[in-house]
Amino acid sequence: MINEKELFEPVKTEEIEAKEYIRPSIGYWADAWRRLKKNKLALIGLYIIIVLIALAIFGPMVSVYEYDATNLNNVYAPISGSHWFGTDELGRDVFTRVLYGARISLAVGFVASFINLIIGVLYGGISGFMGGKVDNVMMRFVDILYGVPILLIVILLMVVLGPGLTNIFIALGIGYWVGMARIVRGQTLSLKEQEFTLAAKTLGASRTRILVRHIIPNAIGPIIVTATLLIPNAIFFEAFLSFIGLGVSAPVASWGVLASDGVRSFQSHPNLLFFPALFISITMLSFNFLGDGLRDALDPRQRK
Amino acid sequence: MRGKMEPVLRIKDLKTEFFTYTGVVKAVRGIDFSVNPGEAVGIVGESGCGKTVTGLSIMRLITYPPGKIVSGEVSLDGTDLLKLSESEMRKIRGAKISMIFQDPMTSLNPALTIGFQLSEMLILHKNITKEETKKKIIELLSMVRIKSPENVFNQYPHQLSGGMRQRAMIALALSCEPKIVIADEPTTSVDVTIQAQILNLLQDLKSRVNSSIILITHNLAVVAGLCSRIIVMYAGLIVEEGNDRQVFDNPKHPYTWGLLRAVPRVDEQEKERLSTIKGLPPDLMSPPKGCPFAMRCSYAMKICFEERPPYFNSEEGHRTMCWLLDKRAQKVKRDE
Amino acid sequence: MRKFVIQRVIAMLITLFIIATITFFLAKAIPGGPFTKEKAVPDAVLKNLERKYHFDDPLWKQYADYIISLAKGDLGPSFRYDALTVNDIVRKGFPVSALLGFVAILISLGLGLPAGIISAYKQNFWQDNFVMFFSILGISIPNFILATLFMYIFGLKLHIFNIAGWGRWQDVILPAVTLAAYPTAYIARLMRSSMLDVLSQDYIKTARSKGLSEYRVMIIHALKNALIPVVTYLGPLIAAIFTGSFIVERLFFIPGLGRYYVTSIYDRDYTVILGTTVFYAAFLIIANFVVDIIYAFLDPRITYSTEKIK
Repeated sequence: MINEKELFEPVKTEEIEAKEYIRPSIGYWADAWRRLKKNKLALIGLYIIIVLIALAIFGPMVSVYEYDATNLNNVYAPISGSHWFGTDELGRDVFTRVLYGARISLAVGFVASFINLIIGVLYGGISGFMGGKVDNVMMRFVDILYGVPILLIVILLMVVLGPGLTNIFIALGIGYWVGMARIVRGQTLSLKEQEFTLAAKTLGASRTRILVRHIIPNAIGPIIVTATLLIPNAIFFEAFLSFIGLGVSAPVASWGVLASDGVRSFQSHPNLLFFPALFISITMLSFNFLGDGLRDALDPRQRK
Repeated sequence: MRGKMEPVLRIKDLKTEFFTYTGVVKAVRGIDFSVNPGEAVGIVGESGCGKTVTGLSIMRLITYPPGKIVSGEVSLDGTDLLKLSESEMRKIRGAKISMIFQDPMTSLNPALTIGFQLSEMLILHKNITKEETKKKIIELLSMVRIKSPENVFNQYPHQLSGGMRQRAMIALALSCEPKIVIADEPTTSVDVTIQAQILNLLQDLKSRVNSSIILITHNLAVVAGLCSRIIVMYAGLIVEEGNDRQVFDNPKHPYTWGLLRAVPRVDEQEKERLSTIKGLPPDLMSPPKGCPFAMRCSYAMKICFEERPPYFNSEEGHRTMCWLLDKRAQKVKRDE
Repeated sequence: MRKFVIQRVIAMLITLFIIATITFFLAKAIPGGPFTKEKAVPDAVLKNLERKYHFDDPLWKQYADYIISLAKGDLGPSFRYDALTVNDIVRKGFPVSALLGFVAILISLGLGLPAGIISAYKQNFWQDNFVMFFSILGISIPNFILATLFMYIFGLKLHIFNIAGWGRWQDVILPAVTLAAYPTAYIARLMRSSMLDVLSQDYIKTARSKGLSEYRVMIIHALKNALIPVVTYLGPLIAAIFTGSFIVERLFFIPGLGRYYVTSIYDRDYTVILGTTVFYAAFLIIANFVVDIIYAFLDPRITYSTEKIK
């Protein structure tokens, strides 16, 4: 045991510095990932999305049937071992069609979201970064656009352009970037004012460097969240357009088209509506759970 | 000459902790002190030392999740507040103990008029008519030196300047003539010039009002002249307590020395660097077993890291939690 | 305040103008559309169109005429049906849709707001999880799926409601509930996050420190502030009700404006599509304007923004 006299010996400063009591700080992303993992629903959503993507890519390749192979001897077949989801009014295998529809719907979701993301980030980033008159004018434009009911414009565009996948991308890309632009602009503005950009500027960093290295990484949180939540919106709108007859054209079938067709015979053959509807719902739920989880996880205010 | 009085507030072994998803933060780790009637006590310490949490704990405004008063006793005139039901506690809040919050900009409801917000407490706790309430509030507003109080009564917080908002908060806290007013950093969120005004006002009010004051701040200069007793907190514990003369003229704890040294002086002859206390406060999720200040203390001894020191009394009413006051320790010269 | 109103009126007029312009030029762009002289159109209709649109006039005059007739409230004739005008269709269908929409809005506010408040008050307890779970369902499941689900359960299996038709007061319920699903869920979540945000503010702590009852803190202090973001959703809410009505009216065979709109899309009745779109757009824009005014009343910071006293 240390004797009493030694206990009251002063301690040298080097020894003091050796004892670190300070809590180690975790990186922003590591902390966010940890928080996300705690959210069971968000994780389930994430896994389901991964499974769906895998199914979409590989499913139709692996399936025995072609998505557009008709078989008029076997229309409206019930669920069976050879046709897991049954067949439709032209004898096509519903399971394969649903998997193929996954490709279309997920593609629409991701691409539309991506287009809006790019446009929104660029527009909002530039507007916020430039500030002053440029920002004012750009935001006025956005405000007016915000007042315009986008869906109506989308419908009109689809009527004008006609059905087809690329047209859907164009139509969806037109309007929904507005929300993203606003968010990005807000983030850019607030980050511009914060001390660390000032610090970087004093160090002589060029404006592009500031934008890329400092502002964008910090603004990415809300961007990711918004982009994730745009995907189910895009999928929904595609289904909606299909439902009122403005979607992709046959025999290409997204889930929306499948569901829309399925409605017609849902009393007698509910499987035609049920399965696409199920997939749409699960997909949207998963993205919403994930988006919610991301939003909570990336919220810097909740760091402790 | 006053006879010995019973303290109006007595705190025993108060412990408040926050249960977060990364761990338990022990914000207040067992403090004891009392407040006498009519006395002004200052609680001083840096951010995170637990002083604000102490104030909130007295008012039982700690919300769970994630915070909870884990143990201890907070007696107001003999009644342990921690044992009261929530509805009984509500009768105390505002009426017997009131609080002035730090940031007047965010502490007032932007959607309600000043008059409305200030009247609520009076209407709730005292049974007086609306007209009487309005009269009293307008009186209070002029007492805190707000010009044209009749107009201010009908205005919204965003229409007032920062200094006026803070003064309105003070008026609010005083409205029911509570026994204790807890002022949490009342000058921190306002301009320096307004700070002086507010301090001036508080001094003036102190002589006119019967309440005891607990002034919480990180700024030693604020408590000087206003508080007759000073409590220094660090890492959730009280490290030194004494009256103003004892703490300012004859402090015993190295942390207090650091605090006093850090106050810039106008009469400094040479151009000296601003003095700071090196290091950072300890992690309150796993606080050190010894003295919490040991790591930053230039006078630390081995025992300081092993065992938490007890309180040593150097004079009547002056106690310090530091091994340096143990008779076995070597005498040290305070570095001025 | 007055400045605010005037600003909003100007913005509204500009937006309306833009919509009209967009629809005009889109119409010109449609192959075989109303403003061309395609021969595929029956003569009677062509005569109508010529009379109205003066195809031989220069472009700018056509445009000006179009704007003027819109301003007078004339939405144009049908492209496909000789005797029908868009105004007729609107007159017939809009009251039906309005009733349906109104009931749906009542449901979404009446259910969504309290759900959100309770959810915030009991954060992380079972009430919160319950509300959150159902609200995510409401947001994610497209209403045509919900509609068929409801029809199946309540119409076919339980025989409580008709799955089609419009005449008795009960017929409103199922479609209104279907229509209200998404908005209710959205409002519940919005109200919840708004309340949570407000409840974490300092002035709530001040209110509690006064000894006020929790009820008073929630309803008088928190709610007024928390409602503000929710009010801004009212505009999009109405828009969501519109778009939802397209589907719901079609599925439940309700003779509302939405159903006529969808039919006209199928028929490629271009003028009806355009005219109805203009009508919808105008309605939405005006509704947004009204919402903005309500918002200004609620938030004293806007009403009294110009005065400041030392």
